Amino acid sequence: MKLWLAKQRYLIDFTLASLARRKTRNLGLLAVYTVLVFMLSSVTLYTHALRQEAARVLTASPEVIVQRMVAGRHDLIPPGYIEKVGRIRGVQKIEGRLWGYYYDAVTKANYTFMVPAENAPVAGEIVVGPALERSRGLAKNNGISFRSYSGKLHSFIVADVLPQASELISADLVLMSEASFRAFFDYPVGHYTDIALSVANPQEVRNVALKLAAALPDARPILRDEVLRTYASIYDWREGIVLALLSAAILAFGILAWEKASGLSAEEKREIGILKAIGWETGDVIKMKFWEGLLISLTAFLAGFVAAYVHVFHFAAALFEPVLKGWAVLYPRFQLTPHIDGLQVATLFFFTVVPYAAAVLVPIWKAAITDPDSVMRS
Amino acid sequence: MRPVDRAIAVLVAGIGAFALCFVDAARLRATAGPDEVERTRLVARLRLTDLALFTEARYTRHPSQADLHSAFQDHPLALEHFPTGSLIAPPGGLTDPSLRVGAGGKAP
Repeated sequence: MKLWLAKQRYLIDFTLASLARRKTRNLGLLAVYTVLVFMLSSVTLYTHALRQEAARVLTASPEVIVQRMVAGRHDLIPPGYIEKVGRIRGVQKIEGRLWGYYYDAVTKANYTFMVPAENAPVAGEIVVGPALERSRGLAKNNGISFRSYSGKLHSFIVADVLPQASELISADLVLMSEASFRAFFDYPVGHYTDIALSVANPQEVRNVALKLAAALPDARPILRDEVLRTYASIYDWREGIVLALLSAAILAFGILAWEKASGLSAEEKREIGILKAIGWETGDVIKMKFWEGLLISLTAFLAGFVAAYVHVFHFAAALFEPVLKGWAVLYPRFQLTPHIDGLQVATLFFFTVVPYAAAVLVPIWKAAITDPDSVMRS
Repeated sequence: MRPVDRAIAVLVAGIGAFALCFVDAARLRATAGPDEVERTRLVARLRLTDLALFTEARYTRHPSQADLHSAFQDHPLALEHFPTGSLIAPPGGLTDPSLRVGAGGKAP
């Protein structure tokens, strides 16, 4: 074992000296390889963390939301509808939600106006989200006016600002009392935007939704599972778009690596010929090249991954932010909580390190099994 | 120092930094714990259904609640107006109708 280790150490010594002889070429390859791993890792780390964030936070969203559809459009819930939904067996808790959109011409942004089911502000007061506080320069106890869709100006006092930590879900929220909401939007009495349901037995959620769709054909139940699936697919899609854009870079690297790995230079061939002539075995030559491939690909993987981690979780993915996050007038400021998926890292390792280490070996094996004399002369 | 020792030192440092990423991730998760509880509590209290990422249209602000025709609200062959619409996927129920409640399913 000791002898084997000593032999490998000498082989690595020789490999490093050989790499140093073509320093510029090998450093260039290492740099391109590292940048490629960095880009792929940044995209996977970012999208995985955002998917996890959405999945964890939205597990607390209502089990079922019921919308009423008229001519294919979401319509208001009329009086008496909530009672009909409540008669369906398995429904534990039912409440009408009041919320809507408001376009603010000052900031050219849409806000979500909402009436909280619990602890609603008193009439004439509002609680605003952190992005709205920033964009309108608001603070607690400030006054603000919004012109409603009927043309009337409504003034509110900002009773509170939602915590900064919740910005990812509350950036554009304006919470108000039911009376203020109905007055602002001229919302008919007894009508609601949609219905939030909770089901007694979590196993029965789908059955309750099916019963509901059968009993009220104009109802559209949206399960929490569907909400979570929507968020998973949003970031699968976005990750796919970024990877599609990166595919040109991946292809370019593939060509570079293949060129380097498959086309041995005359100098490398001569080196192999000399090594064989002075008594190296084919196995030793292959081992030497194996170490070369492994050292380059492992160094590139480690450097690229660590740089991607720091980029995504300590510099908020500044390089890919516009593509990965998207944009909006009121964009939430948030710091992602790191969640590293072991399987994702393993896949990345497998697809970046293994192909290169393997691609290096094939041409070397071909050169190493030919006669040293002919290799040196060619 | 032999080149092999220098190479091993570089690789060990790299593996150390790689392992530190996982340690740092655990540390940041622990630090972010109370904020996450706060977010989850707010989602439960306000019965929220979506992240406030893209506010330009109702189907990008609440993609999970968007009705099936919202992206083509002007006419059936209308092109998408908003940049987000080309970056986020359509709701799951739209692309895979079999997953939608009430689509082909029967009430027990």
